[in-house]
Amino acid sequence: MSAAVLEVSDLTLRFGGLTSLDKVSLRHERGEVLAVIGPNGAGKTSLFNCLTGVYTPQEGTVTFHPDGGTDTAVLGRKPFQVNKLGIARTFQNIRLFNALTAVENVKIGIESHQKTGPIGAMLRLPRTRREERASDDEAFRLLEFVGLKARANQVAASLPYGDQRRLEIARALGTKPQLLCLDEPAAGTNPAEKRQLETLIRDISETGVSVLLIEHDMKLVMSVAANVVVLNFGQVIAAGTPQQIQRDPKVVEAYLGGGESDDAATTPPAKKVPPRKTSLKKPED
Amino acid sequence: MTTVDAVQRGSTWSGVQRWARRDEVRRAACLVALMVTIAVITGPDGSQNSPYSGLRGSLLSRHAIPFYVLAVILAATSLAGGRWTTAATAPVRALRQRTTGIVIPKPVKLVALALLAVLVLYYPTTLAPFWQTVLVDQMGIYVLLAVGLNVVVGFAGLLDLGYIAFFAIGAYTTAYFTDKLPVHPPFTLNPFFVFPIAVGAALLAGVILGGPTLRLRGDYLAIVTLGFGEIVRITAVNSDAITNGPQGAFGIPHFSAFGYHWTLDSLPYYYLLLVVVALVVFFFRRLDDSRVGRAWAAIREDEVAAAATGIPTLKFKLMAFAIGASTSGFAGVIYASKVGFINPDNFPLLLSILVLTMVIFGGMGSIYGVILGAAVLGWLPNYLRDYVPAQDRFIYFGALLIVMMIFRPQGLLPSRRRSRELRLSELGIGGADGTGPIPGSTQ
Repeated sequence: MSAAVLEVSDLTLRFGGLTSLDKVSLRHERGEVLAVIGPNGAGKTSLFNCLTGVYTPQEGTVTFHPDGGTDTAVLGRKPFQVNKLGIARTFQNIRLFNALTAVENVKIGIESHQKTGPIGAMLRLPRTRREERASDDEAFRLLEFVGLKARANQVAASLPYGDQRRLEIARALGTKPQLLCLDEPAAGTNPAEKRQLETLIRDISETGVSVLLIEHDMKLVMSVAANVVVLNFGQVIAAGTPQQIQRDPKVVEAYLGGGESDDAATTPPAKKVPPRKTSLKKPED
Repeated sequence: MTTVDAVQRGSTWSGVQRWARRDEVRRAACLVALMVTIAVITGPDGSQNSPYSGLRGSLLSRHAIPFYVLAVILAATSLAGGRWTTAATAPVRALRQRTTGIVIPKPVKLVALALLAVLVLYYPTTLAPFWQTVLVDQMGIYVLLAVGLNVVVGFAGLLDLGYIAFFAIGAYTTAYFTDKLPVHPPFTLNPFFVFPIAVGAALLAGVILGGPTLRLRGDYLAIVTLGFGEIVRITAVNSDAITNGPQGAFGIPHFSAFGYHWTLDSLPYYYLLLVVVALVVFFFRRLDDSRVGRAWAAIREDEVAAAATGIPTLKFKLMAFAIGASTSGFAGVIYASKVGFINPDNFPLLLSILVLTMVIFGGMGSIYGVILGAAVLGWLPNYLRDYVPAQDRFIYFGALLIVMMIFRPQGLLPSRRRSRELRLSELGIGGADGTGPIPGSTQ
């Protein structure tokens, strides 16, 4: 059994009376791809926000085990400090620096861990020049890695949707994470882009970076994830390999609201709209 | 009347209504109204005996004609819905397209630079003393202020409305160390050697103000900095025992360093400012094109994403604030020494807004743009002095700003990034005001 890179135990997050996460525990093995799935509103993104310092949960602990370092508590740190620990993330609704070029976006990620201050930048000291060169090289290497080298000097907002997704991943990888959290990277992408993404996630995993993946696209999850955790109403209802999850009756029920369907694994539950009765329409309609 | 007639009339009427509702028509109407208003405001005063004389004098006089001509041109441009602008700028665009990718050879660049150097070095010596004074007091110092504020507003996207407070701190520090205040310093210095102390004081003030307030964003930060600017001014007014209250400080000596003595003559101050601005531009350009500048751009565009990408946002914002404040403090020393007397009235809120206007007018984030903006807006009121009544000067000034913001909101010489941001925000992607993207708009 390999060592864990991240351990979450009994994480509870409340917004007033609403319990968004209820004693969530999970263990992420180093180097593996762990997927977190669940219906809309199950608390997946809340979990991500707790792990990356955006929300402060009321209870529970999150422990990060850096490679060769000492175990560190993640909770109570600000987002940029969490990133410094080695946990990078992307956003469900892409948040690139839109007016900057692709390569500038990636460089910002790389340079957030550099040391040059304003004095060094103004005087262009030797260290500044060294760091600048390193940042350029690394940025182009990462753009090549995600397949965007040809678009390095294009403005981020002008890139096609799938490229923007991959650029965001490149920017996150620029911060040299040990754990990469991807929040629905396949949302809104077309089938070709999905296949590219699948390869990319495998490639990232092969470089030794552990990937925590929130995803609705079951085909993607089944093909890249080693383990899956299923959330529903803020609770972990199942955990295991994709095959185990596919057969779990609780998962099928959570996704389809009853045991009547037998193709839970193949139906992407992503944008499943809850059945709405016409009689329940809002009065103003 | 037949029903057909009625229907036709109805449709004509609704056609007119539709026409009047169109954006370009409204814009044209606004411009005409603006020009007529200016014509009236700048016209002669009314008189009790003949209440309409003012109106008649304004609207039917010779002086109103330029406004009508301008109104017609602006309205027509607006009605053409950008077609004229497109046509008019076509040659420029064609030229630009042909010249992109052409690298200007170094000798040509050097010659151009040499010509520019001759211009800025020699031309001022040919000016009348009045214009030399304007060049320093109304333009040079504001150029320095604007370049400093550009770091805060243009680079980091923080709206600072109390910027002139740091200018005041620089000026009062100078007064203190030249022993012109009721409190006496431990040692007196020539203003020239107050630079490091004043810059340090302004920087410290920037950090003290910024530390707690830079957690705020956008409008909230603007209000807090506005309050800070007023606190500094009112403190200067009320602390008679320290700042000599409303009287302020008199007789601050001119610079004197390395065997050279500055005097009432403006030119030596001009050359000093020239050197300072050149150095500041040199360093700030490097800053913009560095890790620090890119981090500021990231914070300006999306603070949440910047933090998630590992940028300590508060630290970088504080850095921008402190760098802007110290530039302002530096300008304060030059001002105090040049003018020789300061009082709290020299540092009103309006001045903070004026410097901000210069930055926006020139092109936020573009160093050369804000230099041009500050120079033009510093020069304009003095130029108008000879042509229009004194009380009307700032009406023209305001009209220029309004027209500018309608037709060229990105400023005179916009920075590439900044004009991209503006364009994107018009498409609903991100916010150009430095408050980050509108939630949910990024998809």
